[in-house]
Amino acid sequence: MLDDFFTRALIAGIGVALTAGPLGCFVVWRRMAYFGDTMAHSALLGVALSLFFQINLLVAVFGVAVVVSLLLLALQRLQSLSADALLGILSHSALAIGLVLVAFMTWVRIDLIAFLFGDILAVTRADIVLIWGGGVLVLAALVWLWRPLIASTVSEDVAEAEGMKPAQTRLLFMLLMALVIAIAMKIVGIMLITALLIIPAATARRFSASPELMAVLASVIGALAVIGGLFGSLHYDTPSGPSIVVAALLLFILSLLPAAGKNTAEKAGNQGVR
Amino acid sequence: MLMSNRARAPKTESQLVSLADAGIRRDGRWLVRGVDFSIRRGEVVTLIGPNGAGKSTTAKLAIGVLRPDEGSVARLSGLRVGYVPQKLSIDWTMPLSVRRLMRLTGPLNDADLLAALASTGISHLIDAEVRHLSGGEFQRALLARAIARKPDLMVLDEPVQGVDFAGESALYDLIRSIRTTTGCGILMISHDLHMVMAGTDTVICLNGHVCCRGTPEVVSQSADYLKLFGNSRSLAVYSHHHDHTHLPDGRVMHGDGSVTDHCHPDDGHHHHDGDDHDHSHHHHHHGDHAEAKGEGRA
Repeated sequence: MLDDFFTRALIAGIGVALTAGPLGCFVVWRRMAYFGDTMAHSALLGVALSLFFQINLLVAVFGVAVVVSLLLLALQRLQSLSADALLGILSHSALAIGLVLVAFMTWVRIDLIAFLFGDILAVTRADIVLIWGGGVLVLAALVWLWRPLIASTVSEDVAEAEGMKPAQTRLLFMLLMALVIAIAMKIVGIMLITALLIIPAATARRFSASPELMAVLASVIGALAVIGGLFGSLHYDTPSGPSIVVAALLLFILSLLPAAGKNTAEKAGNQGVR
Repeated sequence: MLMSNRARAPKTESQLVSLADAGIRRDGRWLVRGVDFSIRRGEVVTLIGPNGAGKSTTAKLAIGVLRPDEGSVARLSGLRVGYVPQKLSIDWTMPLSVRRLMRLTGPLNDADLLAALASTGISHLIDAEVRHLSGGEFQRALLARAIARKPDLMVLDEPVQGVDFAGESALYDLIRSIRTTTGCGILMISHDLHMVMAGTDTVICLNGHVCCRGTPEVVSQSADYLKLFGNSRSLAVYSHHHDHTHLPDGRVMHGDGSVTDHCHPDDGHHHHDGDDHDHSHHHHHHGDHAEAKGEGRA
């Protein structure tokens, strides 16, 4: 069964979506969409370094994403520029440097489009192991970190005052983000990773009465988007990443329709729709 | 009762937290400096002071959210804190019920949860979404959350903001009764000394530094307090009212902090009603002023 490239892509994509859902909720709640985008864009730099030094792709992408997020935190502390402007600078510079480096390395041939927008043909069995292994690791860490993460998302001051360590929690959250970006890159591509984090979470919001429910629904909605998107990609021969994001967007628009949520406004959201 | 020197007494078991000459600096400016006080079990300490006086900063120093740049802050090890911050904005995309908010930083059994909500009068809102609460209801939820933790020290930064007048005194009664029933220490921030007066042991008047301290009665009549709050309506009980200071060089510093060469009643810095005495000379005696109407600026 795994000999079929499409089955491999489906299994890998669902693994990525299940992992991205809960993490994406925190990205939305903490208003870190642009932050996530910046980390994702830095992944291309990781790709270039991996090719240059001939090190493992996932390790290089994860490493660069971690360094960029730490750099962002440090620069924000200086408060010389607004966080928004800093993110704009770092996000696009990381992407540009990555593109320039890849162009310099004339001796390697890489499919840039595959890295930027995802390529289902490229999913190997080893990728599936990495995605599901990494995904289980991320989800386990999220369960373990759940209370401090929720608490520090509501108020870092209250969390700190009441015996938690929000700075440490934030750092661990960054590491999880970097890991998800590294494993999601092959399926959705560097440019669109944040979309898979944010759109399912935003879609789940309307049907959720608790943060926990929203996290689970985001995973389910993300998985539906991956399935829909990959079938679309196969059928219309479109790149996988954009197809998945379009499918996610369609689900989001559906969730906005008044009929879907007419009596789900408050508590009825428990029953869910999907 | 307890005047300034208590804070410098050797640290004892009953001291939950003590600040010694603590100060914090940001961008080359001292937000507060030389802050010196301690809170014991069963004691209510209230910080008062104008906007920007460093009240919230001082509270954050006390509970370790901020670290002092000079001086020191000592907390009892394992101190359990319940904190109601001055501002808390929850992104509306997070679905959070009052019930869930109550368990924000730790587990809590249903009985304690319900009792705390009942004590602040919002039992009926237990399943309401936090973002749909009014300002006053939200404050009650935050207060209930802090109470339910059964803390050793409660830190309440303007806990009754947005609560209507009748509810306000009921909540202050509640805070007072928590102190007597649980014996926890309470650090409270308020800008209305009269509301908190009855329930407070020690008042610390802040304005970047400790201006004065003592029992509410002592502070409300001290010169430093009057300098800061002299034109506040809450001081209606106190009849003398003087909203400007005559500087040694003959200029005049007004209640709003501005300095002018003269002291004309119509220059926009004065707010005395029916002020009919002569301000045109610089060397009159303050004691002669009979201008107090106890009304001040609104």
